[in-house]
Amino acid sequence: MAAVQRASVRQQGVSRFVWPISMLAIVIVMFVFYNNIEPNLQTNIANGINDWLPVATFNESMVWIIMALGLNVVVGYAGLLDLGYVAFWAIGGYAAGWLMAQPWANSWTFHLGSPTYLSQAPGIHVTFWLVLIVAGVVCAIAGIIIGAPTLRLRGDYLALVTLGFGEMIGQIAQNGKVAGINLTNGDTGIASIDPIGTGWFGNLQGVPKVLTAFDDTYKLLVLAVLVAVCMFISLRIRDGRLGRAWLAIREDELAASMMGVPLVRTKLSAYAVGAFFGGLGGVGFASAVTGNVASSRFLFSVSITVLLMVVLGGMGNVWGVTIGAVILSWVNSTGLSQFGVQFDQWTGLHVADKFQQNQFLLFGVVLVLMMLFRPGGLIPEKRTKKLMREAPRTEAESLGADITEAEVEDEIALEESR
Amino acid sequence: MTEAPAAPPSPPSPPVDHELSLDDKVQANVLHADHITIRFGGLVAVNDVSFTIPPRSIVSLIGPNGAGKTTFFNVITGLYAPTEGAVYFDGIDITDTKPHIRAAAGLARTFQNIRLFNLMTAEENVMVAMHSKLKAGMISTILRLPKQRREEREALETAHELLDFVGIGKTAGETARNLSYGDQRRLEVARALALQPKVLLLDEPTAGMNPQESAAFTDFVHRVRDERGVSILLIEHDMSVVMRVSERITVLDRGEMIAEGGPDDIRSDERVVEAYLGKSGSEHAANAKPSTRKP
Repeated sequence: MAAVQRASVRQQGVSRFVWPISMLAIVIVMFVFYNNIEPNLQTNIANGINDWLPVATFNESMVWIIMALGLNVVVGYAGLLDLGYVAFWAIGGYAAGWLMAQPWANSWTFHLGSPTYLSQAPGIHVTFWLVLIVAGVVCAIAGIIIGAPTLRLRGDYLALVTLGFGEMIGQIAQNGKVAGINLTNGDTGIASIDPIGTGWFGNLQGVPKVLTAFDDTYKLLVLAVLVAVCMFISLRIRDGRLGRAWLAIREDELAASMMGVPLVRTKLSAYAVGAFFGGLGGVGFASAVTGNVASSRFLFSVSITVLLMVVLGGMGNVWGVTIGAVILSWVNSTGLSQFGVQFDQWTGLHVADKFQQNQFLLFGVVLVLMMLFRPGGLIPEKRTKKLMREAPRTEAESLGADITEAEVEDEIALEESR
Repeated sequence: MTEAPAAPPSPPSPPVDHELSLDDKVQANVLHADHITIRFGGLVAVNDVSFTIPPRSIVSLIGPNGAGKTTFFNVITGLYAPTEGAVYFDGIDITDTKPHIRAAAGLARTFQNIRLFNLMTAEENVMVAMHSKLKAGMISTILRLPKQRREEREALETAHELLDFVGIGKTAGETARNLSYGDQRRLEVARALALQPKVLLLDEPTAGMNPQESAAFTDFVHRVRDERGVSILLIEHDMSVVMRVSERITVLDRGEMIAEGGPDDIRSDERVVEAYLGKSGSEHAANAKPSTRKP
């Protein structure tokens, strides 16, 4: 009996694997396409693809997916509005800067599992995978530190305070020096971050030893693995004890606490998990996408963009959020500017810059339209969908009673008028 | 404590048993609220009320609107801190304990206006309340270790048992908001029972029920007490329910405790009738049997 009833909560059997398998298939197809087919295409077709759908764009969107999944835990699962999520991206990025580069301390030399070509390089060089974990943990701790004083606040107040923290981290990064120690190197930032080493896989034929700017197709695979891990964690936690507590807090904080759910601790764990993902995103971005960390990147607009990805895709739905992140990051990095170029070609005007400049206007319009026509996002979470589509039964029934009463009254009035 | 004076005493102080020391009361009762006073600014919402819940008993807290019932209730559940006085639960002072710790310790409640987790299923609602009983950490949840899987399976089974117990086993997979009103009330009780409570606080559980449902509810309360070994505190407006179900009734009026005793004592208590019907009505009511009066 339990198993049958469980079906209503979790998808059962094959249908459960539809999304993961299609995602996997898409990644494999993309890799094969960009690695083997695309270089051999006719020049004009290849150029078209490079203009509109370059593989680097997808690498970047993988990082955005990771961050969107992280924010989804905070906003989508636990229902806490966080407007300062960029802070964790920054902390993750600087973790990469400190552990995978030679920022300032020539005298410090430390190597741990870094690619062999770096073996003589000064500075600290730790392998990408370990840095991921370190950055994730550091961010999770930062999330708890930021969260602890703020989570006693509710709703809008929490959002405002997180906004402040996001801005603070950006400012600290820009100032560079903290207590006389140059932590971030200000606007110049830290460069160059070590590329990802492929380790044992580097022995395989055709696989590079390190993933430099020319190995975007392999970065796609590495980042896809990271995304898969984040999705996996998101889905598994959601279905467990903690996920239930998050949902309960999202639904009714007071009732949750009255049912023995410790509010502060549960919220903090949502913050920590979200921040952990943010840290992964930061390291991925620094190491695989840009190769540097600079404070100019850690703007409020990043927090909003990630939030928009979550809202666009469907708060609480891992797959929806993923798609939202891919779409928005593509529009952000390639789509808009490319459309501008195309638009100029068609019309003979010179307004290409305007498209990029007004991207937040566009985002704003998209957000308003989404709220009007598809408030649950592109792929709404199962539960939210119910909320959007049907009135709660008790409400519908009392409404039904009202309607019947009104009808009866109308009929009586009608009778009387005759 | 159970023996209350049959006739109301002339001094205004509530019937307090002076023979027992505080320690005795704390030890003898599963819950003891000692001389609780709550002030909101200059307003005294509850004034020096002492209250006990003996083990495996059904007690009620009644009073006209604005008597301070809900405020007192909130002090017990931990939403408000009392200005003066202390609350003892299971022999321990919990006056400064947070609500979720009280809940985990076995102080469960339902809500006057149903507060379920609407978008979660019935069984998930119940399982949320098992949060403090479950142990699985983040890592074992992510890796779905055997221990975590077993724990989840057992939790689910317990949830189904509880849903069966309150008579809505068939709705386990339904979203809470899609349940009928009566079933939602039952689900609230099932959820509260998932805390394995020692005391179950029911805040106006028959609000919105028709007379048949209220009547069935009395049996249900007895069943909960007998089969789950829970003490029950009822806040209720419906006098017929209160009189039928309670072993002991405490009456509040304007923040003061005005009477305490068994249903028969309360029924014949002049001050209670007065509080409910006003001074002039009390003579009327003496003939009209106030016990059957409904709000």
